Amino acid sequence: MLAYAWLMLLFPLLGVLINAFFGRRIGKRAVSWVACSAIGLSFLVALGVLMGTAGSTGVEQPLFTWISAGSFHVEFSLLLDPLSALMAAVVTGVSFLIHIYSIGYMAEDPRYARYFTYLNLFVFAMLILVLANNYLMMYVGWEGVGLCSYLLIGFWFERKAAADAGKKAFIVNRVGDMGFALGIMLIFAMFGTLQFSEVFRRAPGILGPAAVTAITLLLFVGATGKSAQIPLYIWLPDAMEGPTPVSALIHAATMVTAGVYMVARNHVLFDMAPTTAAVVASIGAATAFFAATMALVEKDLKRILAYSTISQLGYMFLAVGVGAYAAGMFHLTTHAFFKALLFLAAGSVMHAMAGEINIQKLGGLREKLPRTYAVFAVGAAALAGVPLFSGFFSKDEILWRAFLHSPVLWLVGLGTAFLTAVYIFRALFVTFWGETRAEKKLWEHAHEAPAVMSIPMLILAVLAVIGGYIGLPRLSLVEGYLEPVLHAEHAAEAGATEWVLLAVSALIALGGIALAYYLYVVRPAVPANLSKQFAPLYTLLSRKYYVDEFYMAVVVEPLRQVGRFIAELFDPRVVDGAVNGLARLAGVCGEGLGTLQNGRVRSYALSILVGVVIILGYFLLR
Amino acid sequence: MNIADVQIVSILPQTLLLAAALVVFLADLVWKDRKGIGLLALAGVLATFVATVVMLAGPGVPTFQHMAAADRFALVISLVMSAAAVLAVLVSLDYIVRVDLPAGEYYGLLLLAASGMMFLGAATHLMTLFLSLEILSIALYALAGIRTTDIRAGEAALKYFLLGAFASAFLLYGMALLYGATGTTSLAGIAAAVPSVQTDPMLIAGLALLLIGFAFKVAAVPFHMWTPDVYQGAPSSVTAFMSVGAKAAGFAALVRVLVAVFPTLYAWWVWPVGVLAVLTMTWGNLAALAQGNVKRMLAYSSIAHAGYILVGVAAGEAGVSGVLFYLMAYALMNIGAFAVLIALERAEEDAAGVELERMRGLFHRRPWLAAAMTVFMFSLAGMPPLAGFFGKLYVFSAAVRSGLLVLAIIGVINSVISAYYYLRVVARMALAAPAEEAEPARCPALTIGTGIAAVGTVLLGIYPTWLLNLVQGTLAVLFGG
Repeated sequence: MLAYAWLMLLFPLLGVLINAFFGRRIGKRAVSWVACSAIGLSFLVALGVLMGTAGSTGVEQPLFTWISAGSFHVEFSLLLDPLSALMAAVVTGVSFLIHIYSIGYMAEDPRYARYFTYLNLFVFAMLILVLANNYLMMYVGWEGVGLCSYLLIGFWFERKAAADAGKKAFIVNRVGDMGFALGIMLIFAMFGTLQFSEVFRRAPGILGPAAVTAITLLLFVGATGKSAQIPLYIWLPDAMEGPTPVSALIHAATMVTAGVYMVARNHVLFDMAPTTAAVVASIGAATAFFAATMALVEKDLKRILAYSTISQLGYMFLAVGVGAYAAGMFHLTTHAFFKALLFLAAGSVMHAMAGEINIQKLGGLREKLPRTYAVFAVGAAALAGVPLFSGFFSKDEILWRAFLHSPVLWLVGLGTAFLTAVYIFRALFVTFWGETRAEKKLWEHAHEAPAVMSIPMLILAVLAVIGGYIGLPRLSLVEGYLEPVLHAEHAAEAGATEWVLLAVSALIALGGIALAYYLYVVRPAVPANLSKQFAPLYTLLSRKYYVDEFYMAVVVEPLRQVGRFIAELFDPRVVDGAVNGLARLAGVCGEGLGTLQNGRVRSYALSILVGVVIILGYFLLR
Repeated sequence: MNIADVQIVSILPQTLLLAAALVVFLADLVWKDRKGIGLLALAGVLATFVATVVMLAGPGVPTFQHMAAADRFALVISLVMSAAAVLAVLVSLDYIVRVDLPAGEYYGLLLLAASGMMFLGAATHLMTLFLSLEILSIALYALAGIRTTDIRAGEAALKYFLLGAFASAFLLYGMALLYGATGTTSLAGIAAAVPSVQTDPMLIAGLALLLIGFAFKVAAVPFHMWTPDVYQGAPSSVTAFMSVGAKAAGFAALVRVLVAVFPTLYAWWVWPVGVLAVLTMTWGNLAALAQGNVKRMLAYSSIAHAGYILVGVAAGEAGVSGVLFYLMAYALMNIGAFAVLIALERAEEDAAGVELERMRGLFHRRPWLAAAMTVFMFSLAGMPPLAGFFGKLYVFSAAVRSGLLVLAIIGVINSVISAYYYLRVVARMALAAPAEEAEPARCPALTIGTGIAAVGTVLLGIYPTWLLNLVQGTLAVLFGG
């Protein structure tokens, strides 16, 4: 099966080509068939690879030499090992479900073919990122998914908010990508190669502590951009302007986890750099906590989920920062299931309520949308870490590993877990319980989504429940599966501590849910009072700690001023002056030369003769 | 001599073209269908292309009587030439009917010229060198003036002929001097004799005159004056073929003579070639800036590209593979650009070539045609990841490796200048369309030709390695063993 791994890339690429060139002619039905079957086939191949790589330490499969310039060689090769296989299976699997869901969600959109082209292109780029065996290919995929993200956030570009959000995502990501690119260049400067296996093999001999810290920090800067961590997380909430399936696929389940994957892929380097690892863990924990506080007061359902994604990504970075790479990948997998599920459920709400997404204007929907309510509840329980749901196991694994590493990190993680339970059940209760606050007309029109949308949600709901059992503390399939790549040091004997911690986090999650129930169902007046009583805090949270404003004032405005100076003064006077001067000179020269071209054979022959005399003279007098 | 020793197989592509030319000439006597004769010619060039590919893939074949080699260098040149010929015939099929050219003469001369060019690329003997140069030149003189009703074409052809004869005289004189100095006319023999007679003025003068002769063929400044007039006056399809084919042949001969025969005199010829390169690039680009006629602009641009290639020649042995790559890239993108002009050209008012203004709004009228033109313009300007970019990259980096940093810098500056006039075309195409514009020609062959050129230009840029592998190390066997 491994020999056919390249098919995984080929199918989405074919999908892109067919839908890009013929999408508008072959009709919506054919477009959806092409796009969905491309990803479905790709998923089947990924499953085969997932089974085929079990227990292997990785196979590199060269497809062709991409660049060969002097001593610089880049092979276009696939790296097939348990880590990439797991990631590829998650990406293609979740993508497949979301593609199916999109058939229903985007049914009325006039740019249907374009949507599916972008979606297939995204999967293609993401698989290049995941299956790369060298940094350059990974970077190509990295930029490719960034491009698709931009295109899909701004998919409804007629809306200014969407166009702006697309730009914001792209520009903020540039900052991170710059770090990533610098890291890659530094690696090339030190090793002379960009192939993972070579770099990891030679790293202990070549890299000193300073060099490895610099490289890993630069790589991590890249990860903070793509995976929306402090300080570059600000683009993700705005990215919710895109179609909801896109938010589910790109901005929850797959692309934003690329940073986690990248760190896990480079675990050899991160293991060598304790400083960077500490930075990664701290940033992860801090992001997890801050994003959760912002989710507490957000009114937009999708943005609540966006902050939640940022927060959960923080958990994953906490995990990889403390060296628990397998735990990070485990949480990445379960998160892909339950967060995609929550987004799709939110999309189903929007579908029912004509795009209304402000939870203050919803309410009581469980009677109108029982199926959506049920799957949302499953997703919320998984996210909150209710025992026996998938999120419980993966989050607990991270907390346990964090505890072993540093109790402070564990405490922050635990606090976040509490907040998580509160905010997601707040969203659940306010949206689905109580009396409706929706407009009467919308309320009467509300209807459950068609099967093409609800079946993917049901499948994801099942996965959100059982997904955790692949990584149970005692029989961790994920850790064992990833063992050949990650060499995870086995956590110390579980013993009583782990069971106590398990109980604590279970109680914390249930406590958070109870609090949410009390605040939003039993005594709905309390939150309003609280927000009045703690007005400054509430404002601080609802304005997202003024981080956007801060960036605006400290980064964007000064740059804009510099830009204005350059554009209005420096450029037209100095640069343009010089360039125009030179251009005019060139133009004048050109016209001068033109007059030499007078059409007379005699003067042409004279020109030749002059050349002959000069060249002969040179040779003979030398 | 046994007939089996003649080794005709080593000149198979050239022979196929000659045979095709004869068939076309004969068919023209009895068959008046211009399309049919065109298809006949197409079959001939396709067969040549296939033969070249087969020979490239197969084991090496010996030289033809020590007169012409079938080494990898010659075969790559044959590949460039037959690709150019295929494209040229494809874009001509409909065009020569539209502008009313005689099919038999047109295709026959085209094939004859192509055959001469291939012989020139393979020549390993002064005799074959001169004969093939004359075959291609005379065929091109006639082709340039094939539009007998157009006085401009007649004038161009006459100029080309007069100046060409003038330059041929220098070349022949140079050959005579080489023979006088070394006592042999075979390139291998001369190469063997060069170290022992190094500073003989007769040899040096012979080298200088040979350089001049080829500089005329590749249109290097100051031997280029014929180029704009001839390129503008000749039918566009001829210009397309000539600008690519004659250039590739001239460079092939120049490289073989300079790099393989006179490597020990590198210090002597590197400066004249370098100076020619600078003059040629700069002159071509500056003059192109001032042109409002796209065909004439492309004529000057072709001079500028000869300059870039000369940078690769000046790099000596290190530059050979870059030169070959560049020739292939240039063949695709330049014929492609002319193909678009041919689609736009109308028989009457565009006799002097398509004006820049006529490109206006092409994106709105014919988006695919405009997209192809954009690819060609970007590639000619040297933008990654297109073929033209890698061509420039390889010749400039070869120059740097040979210590000619200044040449590479001047080359890059020139690329920047050239971007202005190439991008101007693209900008014009994106503007709003004028209302009364007539529909550009639609013809399957033209579309296929343009498409092949565009796809090739893109593919060579995305995946240059296959051609790079082909052109690397060609020098090791420059005399075909």
